[in-house]
Amino acid sequence: MTARGTTELPAGLRGFRDVQALAYACAETVAAQLRPGVTEREAARMQRLWLRERGVRDWFHLPFAWFGDRTAFVDFRVPLQFFPTNRALEPGMPFILDMAPVHRGFTADIGYSGCLGLNPVHDKLLADLEAHRELILREVRERRPLREIYEDVDRLMVRQGYANRHRAYPFGVVAHKVDRVKERRLSPHFLGFGARSLKGLASDVLHGHRDGWSPLWSPHKFFDHPPRQGLWAVEPHLGFRGTGAKFEEILVVTDSKDPEESAFWLDDDLPHVRRWAEERTAA
Amino acid sequence: MTTGAGSRDTDGLKGAREHRVRTGGVELCVAELGDPSRPTVVLVHGYPDSKEVWTEVARRLVDDGDFHVVLYDVRGHGGSTAPKPLRGGFTLEKLTDDFVAVIDAVSPDGPVHVVGHDWGSVQSWEFVTVQRTEGRIASFTSISGPSLDHFGHWIKKRVARPTPRRVGQLLGQGAKSWYVYLLHTPALPELAWRGPLGKRWPKILERVERVPAGDYPTSSLPRDAAHGAWLYRDNVRARLRRPRADAYAHAPVQLIMASGDVFLSERLYDDLGLWVPRLVRRTLPARHWVPRTRPDQVAAWVSEFVTANEGGAAPREHMATGKYADRFGGQLVLVTGAAGGIGRATAFAFAEAGARVVAVDRDAEGAARTAELARLIGAPDAWGETVDVSDEQAMEKLAEKVTREYGVVDVLVNNAGIGLSGPFLDSSTADWKEVLDVNLWGVIHGCRLFGRQMAERGQGGHIVNMASAAAFQPSRALPAYGTSKAAVLMLSECLRAELAGQDIGVSAICPGIVNTGITSTARFTGVDAEEEKRRRKRSSRLYGLRNYPPEKVADAVLRAVAENRAVVPVTPEARGARLLSRFAPKALRAIARLEPPL
Repeated sequence: MTARGTTELPAGLRGFRDVQALAYACAETVAAQLRPGVTEREAARMQRLWLRERGVRDWFHLPFAWFGDRTAFVDFRVPLQFFPTNRALEPGMPFILDMAPVHRGFTADIGYSGCLGLNPVHDKLLADLEAHRELILREVRERRPLREIYEDVDRLMVRQGYANRHRAYPFGVVAHKVDRVKERRLSPHFLGFGARSLKGLASDVLHGHRDGWSPLWSPHKFFDHPPRQGLWAVEPHLGFRGTGAKFEEILVVTDSKDPEESAFWLDDDLPHVRRWAEERTAA
Repeated sequence: MTTGAGSRDTDGLKGAREHRVRTGGVELCVAELGDPSRPTVVLVHGYPDSKEVWTEVARRLVDDGDFHVVLYDVRGHGGSTAPKPLRGGFTLEKLTDDFVAVIDAVSPDGPVHVVGHDWGSVQSWEFVTVQRTEGRIASFTSISGPSLDHFGHWIKKRVARPTPRRVGQLLGQGAKSWYVYLLHTPALPELAWRGPLGKRWPKILERVERVPAGDYPTSSLPRDAAHGAWLYRDNVRARLRRPRADAYAHAPVQLIMASGDVFLSERLYDDLGLWVPRLVRRTLPARHWVPRTRPDQVAAWVSEFVTANEGGAAPREHMATGKYADRFGGQLVLVTGAAGGIGRATAFAFAEAGARVVAVDRDAEGAARTAELARLIGAPDAWGETVDVSDEQAMEKLAEKVTREYGVVDVLVNNAGIGLSGPFLDSSTADWKEVLDVNLWGVIHGCRLFGRQMAERGQGGHIVNMASAAAFQPSRALPAYGTSKAAVLMLSECLRAELAGQDIGVSAICPGIVNTGITSTARFTGVDAEEEKRRRKRSSRLYGLRNYPPEKVADAVLRAVAENRAVVPVTPEARGARLLSRFAPKALRAIARLEPPL
């Protein structure tokens, strides 16, 4: 589970890493400001304002916030239910902040799980996500087909006693590609998704379909091929009886023959990774 | 003022320190057990009883809970003297005087925990809602006895705005109160109790209420019952006509409701939240005399409540929030095949309802994992045990270990099962043996071992057997599996008939097509390994597409236990198959001929 040091990163990757770090900083700042009574809409607005102040003008998708059992997408039937509601945070409630800002043409897509006060179930879920981060990296390096990796993630979740909740995402993706976006004066968005990013994704879908690959990572037959090189925003999402937890960060896949170089996490200095390291030293 | 021990029927209260307390013209017979420096629990008996109704519960509270237990005979009952004249001598005010005198004598410094059954509960409601005992009562557990004031308001509310439902509730409780009207007739009740009724009462209790025979009721019964009629005559009319408007409880209350009580309607307690700020509800599937018929459960709930409320009004740290928390809180539930699928979901559902869970599976890691997560979501305790249910000796060892370390199982869920598919003519005897060993013999071992323990304890229980929609839907693809599950279904029905007399319920659950791991381990006969692997994958995919969650089956299991249902088909296809098996078995036979799309 190694991300490479800053020095090694080519300029392009550094841009992606910076915006991912910015997004996680936003998540941590907003999470620290959450109090009982704050609603999902307010939390989403806080993220948006914080990032706007720091120069973010375009989005892959607008910030989401899910509180309580909405972190596990309980009773989600239509995609509109993903949008922030007026649900207010209560003590002990888990929450997830999910945002995808575009900064200087670089895209990030992150997910941050936390809870207000004590919630042992949430802590357990978050701790158990570590195995998924390791599993995904290992199997991508082995160049296993995306579909198989997806199924292995699924099996690990079942073994852990959890439900697969990324299945609820559009197309049931556990990951999707992110790319550079041209900066323009206008940055329209459509149903929460940035129009330019959607356009990029759509053209990838179109071109990829001809060559037998896709920028989305789903469990279907079409994904019976090894991961395509590029930047993947990976987001395994666990659910357990009304509590959900996820992380989301960028996995870099290259065409290198060296396994270490062939795939790596863009950045290891992230809140959830630090948390696991702290838990290990504490134990 | 201690009289010699064993002056009256105190066999059941061995080692009790008996003494007498004088108050308001009567002498009360008080018995104390256990260490006086420990939290004091006062047990108040009902009608027609004496303090000996509590012997079983008291013994458990002293031995297991290590409490200071105090019992006393209400005036006119057992070893206490009766007021003179009787009329007007049994008002709630005077009974409160008695209670205060008793706690002054046994616990002058600290507050006490009160537990009342029947009329003991009725008067304890008075104790816990009047000003003068504020600060003297740390908690109150009410068993089968409402507050007359709350009851009065309950009636007033329904008479004042009589919707059809409310009228129905009024008439229902009105019918259940037949004996109250009889007790208001002059002289007749006394004659009956001192005559034939008193003589036959122990047999009636045994037969109708299923109270185990023994040293209860005591020989003072005719006199107790004759005097006790004045409890009704002095209080019922007065309080129901003019209920107090300020009958708010000043201590936390635990309400134990016997769902099979023929004297009290469950609806009586619907508005209780208005009167009791800190209320915990419990439901027991039993009749009226639970201190005699369910002493283990009553003592366990009282212990838990007393401990939680010891040391002032400390908030309860952990209270399960599941739907059936009132029914399964603190009970011991054993689930086989608990490392995944329906078994794991069932273990979690019981954990959410506050039950203690034993998760049994061949897969040690999976069972331990289930136990670990169960503790996180509400189980006060949970254990993983590694056992193959088809192994008779291992099951015997498990039963012995569970009883020794965790107690007698209250709810047993025989869930472990394996799948086998393929034509009969291509199945070997080894295939058959494997399926029957797990699916049928596993259930037999479970029922035999744990069912016997439940029966021997004699305090009820429940067995859930996981059958299948294949138990009534024949299929050319599932001869062995369907046979094993049909056997489980019939076993459950027979066992239900056999154990009904001992208040042990038996339910068979028929889930249908549920998204679990059974398809990924199922065996397919008559095909090579490659084809078997393909079929496993394919069936897993189909089950995944159907995507009926095991959590819904788990909910059905809890509902089946709570409502004591006999056969519960779960998914729509299982319900449909059951319906067809009754009204159109030919259609089922036609379906049975279809080759499954694998």
